[in-house]
Amino acid sequence: MKLLMLGNKAFARGLYEAGCMVVSSYPGTPSTEVTEEAAKYDEIYCEWAPNEKVALEVAFGASLAGRRSFCGMKHVGLNVAADPLYTASYTGVNGGLIICVADDPGMHSSQNEQDSRHHAIASKVPTLEPSDSAEACEFAKKAYELSEQFDTPVIIKMCTRVAHSQSVVDTAERVVPDPKPYEKNPAKYIMAPANAIKKHPLVEDRMRRLTEYAEDCPFNRVEMGDTKLGIITSSTCYQYAKEVFGDKACILKLGMVNPLPKKLILDFAAKVEKLVIIEELDPIIENHCRQLGLTLSGKDLLPMEGEFSQNMIAEKLGVEVPKGNSLDEQMPGRPPVMCAGCPHRGMFYTLKQNKCTVLGDIGCYTLGSAPPLTAIDMVLCMGASLSSIHGFNKATAGQCEGKTVAVIGDSTFVHSGMTGLANIAYNQSNSTVIILDNSITGMTGHQQNPTTGYNIKGDPAGKIDLEALVRAMGINRVRVVDPYDLAACDQVVKEELAASEPSVIISRRPCVLLKYVKAAPPLKVDCEKCVGCKSCMRLGCPAISVKNRKAVIDTTLCVGCGVCSQLCKFGALQKG
Amino acid sequence: MTKNIMIVGVGGQGSLLASKLLGHLLLKEGYDVKVSEVHGMSQRGGSVVTYVRFGDKVYSPIIDKGQADFIVSFEKLEAARYLEYLKPDGRIVVNTQEIDPMPVITGAVSYPENLIEKMEEKGAAVDAMDCLALAEEAGSSKAVNIVLMGRLSKYFDNISLEKWQKAIEECVPPKFLELNQKAFLLGRG
Repeated sequence: MKLLMLGNKAFARGLYEAGCMVVSSYPGTPSTEVTEEAAKYDEIYCEWAPNEKVALEVAFGASLAGRRSFCGMKHVGLNVAADPLYTASYTGVNGGLIICVADDPGMHSSQNEQDSRHHAIASKVPTLEPSDSAEACEFAKKAYELSEQFDTPVIIKMCTRVAHSQSVVDTAERVVPDPKPYEKNPAKYIMAPANAIKKHPLVEDRMRRLTEYAEDCPFNRVEMGDTKLGIITSSTCYQYAKEVFGDKACILKLGMVNPLPKKLILDFAAKVEKLVIIEELDPIIENHCRQLGLTLSGKDLLPMEGEFSQNMIAEKLGVEVPKGNSLDEQMPGRPPVMCAGCPHRGMFYTLKQNKCTVLGDIGCYTLGSAPPLTAIDMVLCMGASLSSIHGFNKATAGQCEGKTVAVIGDSTFVHSGMTGLANIAYNQSNSTVIILDNSITGMTGHQQNPTTGYNIKGDPAGKIDLEALVRAMGINRVRVVDPYDLAACDQVVKEELAASEPSVIISRRPCVLLKYVKAAPPLKVDCEKCVGCKSCMRLGCPAISVKNRKAVIDTTLCVGCGVCSQLCKFGALQKG
Repeated sequence: MTKNIMIVGVGGQGSLLASKLLGHLLLKEGYDVKVSEVHGMSQRGGSVVTYVRFGDKVYSPIIDKGQADFIVSFEKLEAARYLEYLKPDGRIVVNTQEIDPMPVITGAVSYPENLIEKMEEKGAAVDAMDCLALAEEAGSSKAVNIVLMGRLSKYFDNISLEKWQKAIEECVPPKFLELNQKAFLLGRG
């Protein structure tokens, strides 16, 4: 049946059709929907793991047990999962094992723009790169065969435009291969030095065999056209190149990007007058071609950073592009903002009022860095807030302890904040940590996590008690506060900053977008009392503006949280 | 010949339902279709763009500057922001609602005035209407997306009203169907 499917949904369909039995992932844009969609098939066991390393090890365990398994993550997640990845390359698999890694060129929702193909090359794991939804489905199915044929995990690299574009997919029935029995095999599965030493040459041999396979595999293809120009490309860049050149160029489309073929590329290059490599991010295909001795263009024309598009490729290659008209004036920007009623807002307001240095983390609350709150000083990677505050406080010998805090979300805390807290408790810095517990993984679109009490299907599950966990790790001062209560937030923050031992403040209120959170009636402005002082505007709530020197509440956005009314000295903002 | 529809607005306004409806309808009409969406960070009240492309064979999932046959905008400022993507003979269908972005709320800049006129001065064909009022008339302020789809449908001579209505039936939960059908007809005018 032909259906319009998101790339990630098509990927999940491929997993289903290929008989995948176990999925374990950590959410991360743009990879999240592969796992969410897989979870809609009752035949597949699916879960959200606490982080990508755990997820990949779960999927590895399922492979060890002889079942086809899957693990999905965004590009930076593969850094977290790199440890099991590099050695799973040595052990190989029993049941097929696919890892989805989704890159984010253009950084729509990411903290860096790293190119996952480097991990593929370094870990010596074969890697496929679909260019649309149909290929996402097809490659997922074929990747299992490849994984089992070559005894290796297989990476399927997605990117934002493939993951989050819908295109037509022809679906098929699910076929589950017979499970492979688990057999004890220490030489294959115990990667102690004596065994690993013997494994490494086998991995090198596998790469040689995979390179031969790449010369004539179903993932790579040549589309002949005008031989004046030859283009080697992959992923969404293939679509842009076809859009610009159609059959006015020859195209070598690479669906397998690690290892790269040699003879296929040399034969293709020999047929064309001029060779151009079109790839987003790093010059990996380009460097490979240069090593083969080819003369070509690539990053001399096209940038290393950002997303490509059809017009950009056309312009760089000297093809005329359509032009549009823009207005003469600059339009005001519309950056993303914390939602009206967001529980994080009250805590960030408190931190700003207390002039705190705030070491931040990854999640919706990164938006606390935006004006007018500008309440965050640093964001690095998952969990870094807790580890960094310890280093910051140690380095400044107590001078900064009284005004520095770390903020981290509930899901991020479990992902990789716990180890940072263990370090604070063990090596004893007088650090103040605030867990912004909104009872969900917010930014990626509401995934459950180990602190919410529900699993990926929304059924009741185990629930980590954050207070008990933090105490058990050796933190004696643990406070819980409602971020809608500004006076309580201010008091707790002041007290914990003044304390002479490590402390954890749990700022707890569920995300306002959760279905079970019922909005209160929108607030009303008493225009007699409003003097237009704009105190309420300091919160940066998108539901409040000031028109004609009076506060105005957007009733379609306001959820009646009442935080703004606590700032109004004149009682002008009233419960609706 | 590939046709390009760009849907622009503010995160949370419901553009995903609009693109779902278009994708569903156009696929049933026998076209190759690609729809490109925005997920994640930008959805939190930021400027969002969805691309819908259809034709015999569609390659790129995105629409570039000077290529859009239609820009369907949920908000006035967003229409102006993406004007450069419109083809010289393209058309803008715009909800005249104004939603202040944070730099306007904080007072750093002001909301630009006379945007419809300014877009027309640049040669754009602009079909502007108060979709929020029509959505509320239909029963919910959230139906702005379907009001806009109703307006857009007027410009598709080859797709009958019945086909649009059938597509809505197939894309919208039953309990909201009547409201959405009403919103669609109000938009279509």
